[in-house]
Amino acid sequence: MTAKFKVNGVEVEAEAGSSLLDAVRQNGFEVPSLCHHEAVTPYGACRLCLVEVTRGGRKKITTSCNYEVQGGIEVLTDSEQIRRHRAMVLELLLAEAPRSVSLRSFAAAHGVRNSRFARPDAPALLDEREGCILCGLCVRACEEMGRDAISLLQRGVSKEVGPPPGGEADSCIGCGSCHAVCPTGHIAMRDTAKAREIWGRMFDFVLCEGCGRPVITTAHRDHAIERGGLPADYYLRCAECKKSGLAARFAKVGS
Amino acid sequence: MMDLSKVDSIIDGYGTDAAALLAILQDVQAEANHLPREAMDRIAARLGVPLSRIYSMATFFETFHLEPRGRHICTVCMGTACHVRGAKRLVEQLERDLEISSGQTTADMQFTIEEVNCVGACALGPLVIVDGEYHGNMTSDRLSKVVKAVRKEGGGE
Amino acid sequence: MARIANPAGLGAHRQRLLAEREAGGKKTVAVCCGTGCNANGAEKVVAAFREELGKQGLADSYEIKPTGCHGFCERGTLVLLHPEKRLYQRVKPEAVAEIVEKTLQGGEALEQHFYDNPATGEKHEFEHDIPFYKHQERLILGQNGEIDPTDIDDYIAGGGYGALAKAFEMGPEKVLGEVKAANLRGRGGGGFPAGRKWETCRDVPSEKRYVICNADEGDPGAFMDRSILEGNPHVVIEGMIIGAYTIGSDEGYVYVRNEYPLAVRRLSIALEQARERGFLGEDILGSGFSFDIRVNRGGGAFVCGESTALMASIEGKVGEPRAKHIHTVVAGLHGRPTNLNNVETWANVPLIVERGADWYTSKGTKGSPGTKIFSLVGKVNNTGLVEAEMGMTLRQIIFDIGGGIPGGREFKAVQTGGPSGGCLPASKLDLAVDFDTLWEEGSMMGSGGMIVMDDRTCMVDVAKYFLGFLKFESCGKCTTCREGLRRLHELVQDITEGRGTEDTIGLIEELAETVDAASLCALGTTATNPIKSTLAHFRDEYLAHIRDRRCPGGVCKALIRYEITEACTGCLVCAKRCPEKCITGEKKQLHTIDQSRCIKCGICMDVCKFDSVRVV
Repeated sequence: MTAKFKVNGVEVEAEAGSSLLDAVRQNGFEVPSLCHHEAVTPYGACRLCLVEVTRGGRKKITTSCNYEVQGGIEVLTDSEQIRRHRAMVLELLLAEAPRSVSLRSFAAAHGVRNSRFARPDAPALLDEREGCILCGLCVRACEEMGRDAISLLQRGVSKEVGPPPGGEADSCIGCGSCHAVCPTGHIAMRDTAKAREIWGRMFDFVLCEGCGRPVITTAHRDHAIERGGLPADYYLRCAECKKSGLAARFAKVGS
Repeated sequence: MMDLSKVDSIIDGYGTDAAALLAILQDVQAEANHLPREAMDRIAARLGVPLSRIYSMATFFETFHLEPRGRHICTVCMGTACHVRGAKRLVEQLERDLEISSGQTTADMQFTIEEVNCVGACALGPLVIVDGEYHGNMTSDRLSKVVKAVRKEGGGE
Repeated sequence: MARIANPAGLGAHRQRLLAEREAGGKKTVAVCCGTGCNANGAEKVVAAFREELGKQGLADSYEIKPTGCHGFCERGTLVLLHPEKRLYQRVKPEAVAEIVEKTLQGGEALEQHFYDNPATGEKHEFEHDIPFYKHQERLILGQNGEIDPTDIDDYIAGGGYGALAKAFEMGPEKVLGEVKAANLRGRGGGGFPAGRKWETCRDVPSEKRYVICNADEGDPGAFMDRSILEGNPHVVIEGMIIGAYTIGSDEGYVYVRNEYPLAVRRLSIALEQARERGFLGEDILGSGFSFDIRVNRGGGAFVCGESTALMASIEGKVGEPRAKHIHTVVAGLHGRPTNLNNVETWANVPLIVERGADWYTSKGTKGSPGTKIFSLVGKVNNTGLVEAEMGMTLRQIIFDIGGGIPGGREFKAVQTGGPSGGCLPASKLDLAVDFDTLWEEGSMMGSGGMIVMDDRTCMVDVAKYFLGFLKFESCGKCTTCREGLRRLHELVQDITEGRGTEDTIGLIEELAETVDAASLCALGTTATNPIKSTLAHFRDEYLAHIRDRRCPGGVCKALIRYEITEACTGCLVCAKRCPEKCITGEKKQLHTIDQSRCIKCGICMDVCKFDSVRVV
């Protein structure tokens, strides 16, 4: 069912019940976010996607990622208030994750280059957390993958992401999803020609029969084949070689 | 190592529904004075809940401890009423007497210092709970004496 | 215990109990055994009474009843002699033999146990004459002095569960009407009209509905809910059954803080007895309505007092709140319509059903009918639990009931509403305490915590304390609360440690606005009230810390010094007790503190018998 509403004074449409953030973006308006990703459920943690929503005569400031679109609402994405709060949130994030290069350029793109909360001479609270903004994307991605190898531990300013303390990321399969969704580059992943290192563990790669390049980690392969009911030879070749192999076969058919 | 049959009987008491997780962890902690790894593994297996989520629970809530604690727990109430009556000084006194920081356990595993956010005996502040006994209207002086007495009593062991 | 099958059976049982008590002819001696009095040895007092009665052959004439909290915690252990309600205070086990002999046996009142007013020197024999009690309206707490919380028949004998029988007679529509007309507002701090909440919950189409009692009383300085659960758990249970009946729920939970073991125990006993008597379970009192209650213990997280976090933890998840675009009355526990109310709110329900909305609204104010229980603590003479009609002023509560500030010191501020509330100065003492008036002044009544502060309190330190508390308790999910409170705490710390500048205050105010507007739940959005209210009412204290590097309250360690004055007699005690051994002086000579090594622990001041140590 389509819902008609207004964004910054402009009449727009979107699916009723869909995410306001997605709807606003689909209609060409920019709203920043860091903890939002189409592959996982909205979490509402980073607070960057704030907008002003007026509904039934009442106005409030709310995150848009987890707000469901309804007809008749009026949304402001760029009011003076919103810009002020957004900038403050970015200052807080910069001070929280001072080492993240990608975060720094993201903040700069939104007009925030410095943080008045930065304390360069203060000892780093948690070394491992120097680039983490606790967006939770990695944990949600790992949950989507069905592995639950990492989780959010502790609470408040001590909150951190990691495998069970004192132990290893036992159910990690080295799929790299957490690294891929991380908006600050905090999650370290090192690939060599033969193996991947992530969360303090080494994962061997399946090497492509065709070109010898890494296809997938063996652990991920086993997981995917089981979970997806895929044939055992599914990952013997990398995507490129599979494509060219297929093309070659089609060529033969044609001739 | 914790006797896992105890963990099993606790789980059997609540059922294996994941909603019972908090209560199960509390009973296991009451039994073992902390949450041992083997107990967490067993709970994860029987409830069908990932170990990572059990650890999220165990580290989010203040009641839980992953490391064994001392025989004698000294808990200082840090509620507002106790705070204005000088609760911080009591923590400092304990830290001096026991030579550890708040939250830590002495090397001989005898004493642990803990801070708690209000136990609701506000009219008696500042308050320290030692081995489950409530001591109200505490001063640094009397606290030292209580600790000495507890140490002496336990010394015979 | 025999099951009571219907309202007629309940009436008959009550008559039987009253007749038995009449025939027995025993007089009741109620000994307060709340957590506070227990810490003062109340259980020993009970044991001493029982022993003495046995020895003096009076066991058949007197019943020693350990009860819940009587409220006058400052004067524990409290012993209330029924029926005349003679109150003996600060009773020690050693005094019991004489009390039994002279008062119980001999009918003589012992003055040394009377309450003595420190301001006037007056002594009072009876509870209702004591100013602390005289000005209260103890609709709910009053029962604490009369019943043994571990015996359901005590509650029944006093009329308990009669409201439930009446509710079944009225039917759910009429009950809802009464609760709405009574304008019962949430006593946990929110002040939301309970009747409206019940109605919304009832109207959501669903096969399953839950009712929850929020007993996660986390506000430091508040112990009202604890005392109700310890002293009179049945009034809460009865309220919940009535509510569940009205809403159409068959499953209820009481979520109690783990830090309240006695409350958990008393509640569990009460639930067991309620089941035995048939007030919980199938076909309650023959009404066809079935309902039962489970107890969930908290895990030591203040944030679990927030309804969505509380429900998450009942579901076995961490206590992270969620956005309330869809309210919990519509989709709460396990995604079902859930009605959550505070302990004190539920405790008001039987009263409303029994006496009616007209009677109820005659108490309190128009916008805030009924009474409110406050925990009056801190720098006040009569610390304890107070139940007053809404609309009473701060001055009346703190001075008339509370007896003013001890040690002849001056009132400086009162913190109301816990970490979500604010500090109000002397100029606001004549404000009425209710849901709306304090809100307009930047504070709130909140759950009822009322912490009195005198001139030896530093308001900047108070703001720092609350920020530190909330920073520790934050679930950490949203950036503005987690990082915002961290930075606010750092900035206030700068001020208390002498590093603050004029810009610090500006940055605090700017950041506070965002934390307020953008945080996910009420922990974050109300976290700035303490600092905002102290900046509003005590700004010059902040400026003194910044401009003069001075702490007027004498608290902030970096800005104070301990000094020994001329009153020193040279007794060497402080020198011996100093942990840093930085006090020098000969016997009978003025001692001095080496400021470079002093750690400001305050022990010298504690142990000096001549009042010669002062803070500068």
